[in-house]
Amino acid sequence: MAALLAARGLTAQYGWTRVLHGVDFAVEAGGITTILGANGAGKTTTLRAVCGMVRTAGEIVFDGRSIAGRATEDLVRLGIAHVPEGRGTFVNLTVEENLRLGAYGRNRRDGLADGFESVYAYFPVLASRKRQLAGTLSGGEQQMLAVARGLMLRPRLLLLDEPSLGLAPLVVREIFRIVRTINRERGVSVLLVEQNASMALSLADHAYLMETGRMVQSGPAAQLRQNDAIRRAYLGY
Amino acid sequence: MDILIQQVISGLATGGIYGSVALALVMIYQATDVVNYAQGEMAMFSTYLAWTMINAGLPYWLAFFGTLVLSFVGGVLIERIVIRPVEGAPILTIVIVCIGLLVILNSVAGWIYSYIQKPFPSPFPARPIKIGNVVFGAHDVGAIAVTLIVLALLYVFFRFTTLGLAMRAAAQNPASSRLCGIRVGWMLAIGWGLAALVGAVAGMMVAPIVFLDPNMMAGILIYAFASATLGGFTSPGGAVLGGLIVGVIENIVGTYVSFIGTELKLTVALALILVVLVFKPSGLFGRVAVHRV
Repeated sequence: MAALLAARGLTAQYGWTRVLHGVDFAVEAGGITTILGANGAGKTTTLRAVCGMVRTAGEIVFDGRSIAGRATEDLVRLGIAHVPEGRGTFVNLTVEENLRLGAYGRNRRDGLADGFESVYAYFPVLASRKRQLAGTLSGGEQQMLAVARGLMLRPRLLLLDEPSLGLAPLVVREIFRIVRTINRERGVSVLLVEQNASMALSLADHAYLMETGRMVQSGPAAQLRQNDAIRRAYLGY
Repeated sequence: MDILIQQVISGLATGGIYGSVALALVMIYQATDVVNYAQGEMAMFSTYLAWTMINAGLPYWLAFFGTLVLSFVGGVLIERIVIRPVEGAPILTIVIVCIGLLVILNSVAGWIYSYIQKPFPSPFPARPIKIGNVVFGAHDVGAIAVTLIVLALLYVFFRFTTLGLAMRAAAQNPASSRLCGIRVGWMLAIGWGLAALVGAVAGMMVAPIVFLDPNMMAGILIYAFASATLGGFTSPGGAVLGGLIVGVIENIVGTYVSFIGTELKLTVALALILVVLVFKPSGLFGRVAVHRV
């Protein structure tokens, strides 16, 4: 399979502090790729670098064209939906308005109703709360809303930044199940950043391991699960 | 009793104008956390544009809508040229830039049009409306109507259009908005444009009452601050309602409290700001801003 997204020698810095030191990775078209790593390894920054939210150098290719240095707003229009760390909920807007904003970067406005329907089919709880202010949702519901907002774009690539953060295990499992369904049914490629390594490895086809701004290991997810060092450090058994 | 009703109506008319300017302040404040001290002078300048067009022989309403278009464009340009470069600068820098803008607009207006007061026409008949024993100025009633129409249109725009929604989103959460594909910078510029437009309406409605001169908005801006403070700087509806309350209070106090009269009216506005800030700093309808640090 061809890579939908590929980065080579990606570096990123906040002010004078460099946090990515030449990162290489690829996301297969139609696949789920995960980046694992401890706090501060640079996982979130990698996603932010892809989306042009941080100063970067290096090569990023999406669907055959270079996107390095492009503005975030333009990348959205190419079909990259980024569900950010902390969910990025518009807390003072209703659930439905949040979803409408998700579709803002979509080129054609024709199928908005259809977009709502399919998103509500994945996340029925959002349908029952559509007139409610998003800030009144529970953490799990807000995470669902964040994923749903991303889906409203009808993305080709979905970037998920720690969707499990602060959520109960059952809710996490539910969200991961939906992500897998979306991936299978709609062919949306997924790049998932996670600290919850066992959940991420069970979902992904391919995995990368990140340490202090570098990729230190990569391979099929099933294979990384068997790796002793990773098992001890990240899976805890 | 008749005098009271009359004073309330004329208070509502000026109050609507204060409310409009307050709304313009709140729109910019919510989007950028900046209090635009130049809002009044922008409105004054717009009114001079209208005056120029009317003097050139254009029909009133053509000049009115022409002024709205020019004011919108002017507001967008001011954001792009003057405010954009200091975006993200410390708040004091932006305040100074706004005050600089105030002084520049005031001086340029004085330079072009001189500081001599000019009469500004009202689009409404001069003949007062009489209901029973109560006499209303037609301009007062018309100004209230125009203000309400503008507010209703703004409400519809922000509530029901995609662009309006995107502007609200950009004001609330710029980072998330970018991830939705919203061009946040342009949303801010459009916000300035709309604020300038609302201010222009206020300017054209108040000029027939106070006469047109480069300093005509100075007092009104203070009333607008009082209105926005009273209603809450985070609540557009509150700012408008605050304006109406301030307008009515101002008129009634000026009429019935003899030592205040017309001379000390402005002091009432300042006292009101003080009282609100001491007892309810977020205003009647505002939210207390919570910042995570």
